[in-house]
Amino acid sequence: MSADTAGIDTLRLTAEEAAGLLERGEVSSAELVAAYRAAIEARDPELHAYLHVTDDEHAGDGGGVPIALKDVITTKGVPTTAGSRILEGYVPVFDSTVAARCKEAGLPLLGKTNLDEFAMGSSTENSGFGPTRNPWDTTRVPGGSSGGSAAVVAAGLAPWSLGTDTGGSVKQPASLCGVVGLRPTWGTVSRYGIVAFASSLDQVGPLAKTVRDCARLYGITAGRDACDSTTVELPAPVELPEREDLRGLRVGVPRELNEVDGIEPGVRERVQEAIRLAEELGAEVGETTLPRSVEYGLACYYLVAPAEASANLARYDGVRYGHRADLNGDGDLTALYERTRWEGFGAEPKRRIMLGTYALSAGYYDAYYGQAQKVRTVIKQEFAAAFEDFDVLLSPTSPTVAFPLGDKVENPLAMYLTDVLTIPPNMAGLPGLSIPCGLSEGLPVGLQILGPQFSENTLFAVGHALERALGFDFVPPRLAA
Amino acid sequence: MAITREDVLHVARLARLEIPEEEIGRVQEQLSAILEAVGKVSELDLSDVEPTSHPLDVVNAWAEDEPRPSLPQDEALANAPDPEDGHFRVPAVG
Repeated sequence: MSADTAGIDTLRLTAEEAAGLLERGEVSSAELVAAYRAAIEARDPELHAYLHVTDDEHAGDGGGVPIALKDVITTKGVPTTAGSRILEGYVPVFDSTVAARCKEAGLPLLGKTNLDEFAMGSSTENSGFGPTRNPWDTTRVPGGSSGGSAAVVAAGLAPWSLGTDTGGSVKQPASLCGVVGLRPTWGTVSRYGIVAFASSLDQVGPLAKTVRDCARLYGITAGRDACDSTTVELPAPVELPEREDLRGLRVGVPRELNEVDGIEPGVRERVQEAIRLAEELGAEVGETTLPRSVEYGLACYYLVAPAEASANLARYDGVRYGHRADLNGDGDLTALYERTRWEGFGAEPKRRIMLGTYALSAGYYDAYYGQAQKVRTVIKQEFAAAFEDFDVLLSPTSPTVAFPLGDKVENPLAMYLTDVLTIPPNMAGLPGLSIPCGLSEGLPVGLQILGPQFSENTLFAVGHALERALGFDFVPPRLAA
Repeated sequence: MAITREDVLHVARLARLEIPEEEIGRVQEQLSAILEAVGKVSELDLSDVEPTSHPLDVVNAWAEDEPRPSLPQDEALANAPDPEDGHFRVPAVG
């Protein structure tokens, strides 16, 4: 099962190794695409990680290492649904900047990956087209919202992929699927052509089997874009990490991010081992504290993100694109909007639209949205203080390993809690890298590595050194031959 | 904080969502539970704190005022559910 077309083992091949094969002329880009398509045909029926697999015409023949894109990333001529029935059948007439940059870099498009509808969720169960299953255990979720993008990498259905991260939607599924995922500094990757959820938080990020692959893909996608006025130039070029030690590095362990209620014992143990390993590699490790960020982060996020979502999702009105309700000639324009939106959106977007609308409505704005924006300032300040003493902070990415499908579907608040460790740094616009750091009950555990804004090169260096020392096997045993 | 049936109807109206009668109770229950949880932000006295609306300390980004090609009409209408004569057709405004 692991040896696929033309002797290419897609379960193990990294993007860097694939690039090497291409450079040495040992395989062609078309052979790589064929190998991944064969793997998709064999394994995706049980995983449902792809919403759309491209044909040759739409894959393109750029000659490079193929890629999969989360289905919120607009792709010209290739359906883009955001996991929502309200965009079923929508075929964009333009490319997002990141899709264009992948094309320019010669990366053929394998397909579009499944997600929680409008990137709202932590399990990919909110997809309007059915859930994705975790390649490590198909009775469990892959995390979310970029669950498809994490699952395709873990299952060898793409060497690397792009997801988006608003409250943890790259880091958390990377953690649950045993792959590496980067949430970049907000503003370093263009959001032009990304189906918007919460604009002050949304950020495109790479997922891959190794830190070096993530760094490479970040280098392809990052940098100022004239089509997104919130983007900035990177202060320094992306460096592919090479060092295998951590001498001179100051590592902080924030108490609250490591001790909040709900962290499973197995997760805690693997993360503590990784922290000890960082010390063995030469880092100085110390404790630090983020008292209000962790206690108030989730509440802050679930006001700011729904408020922004309620505005961003106002565009789905059944007029210009997407689903339109059939009024049978009975009803005015407002009736068309109201029925189209109720029919087209799933339960979670509707919940968040109503929550956000409430938080922004007259009489409640100051108490909810206004107060949440102030909490956001407090969170920024707490992290800034921690980074005066430390270069990076370590914690678990997710409090738990992958949970069973259906476990939290009926309880939105329980689902929201799965992002308790990824949300606080996101509110501050900070980059974060999740790398697998071992197994608990046979399932991957993710280590979250956080740094100040624009510290991606440091995160790559730390992640790479730890990755080499940990020697984590990213191939799910049930898929290994 | 518990919200009322009228609050749900008001918010649904503002958000242009045609909430069916049988869903109102469930939505009321879920929104109340979530609002109670997120209402935690009000525990903090932040009267002296400036709000953060976006995370980077960037002020204005200027662009050259240069015309560029825009979307041709047929492409702009390519995904429209009910185009007619180069327009988006909609029911009468009530």
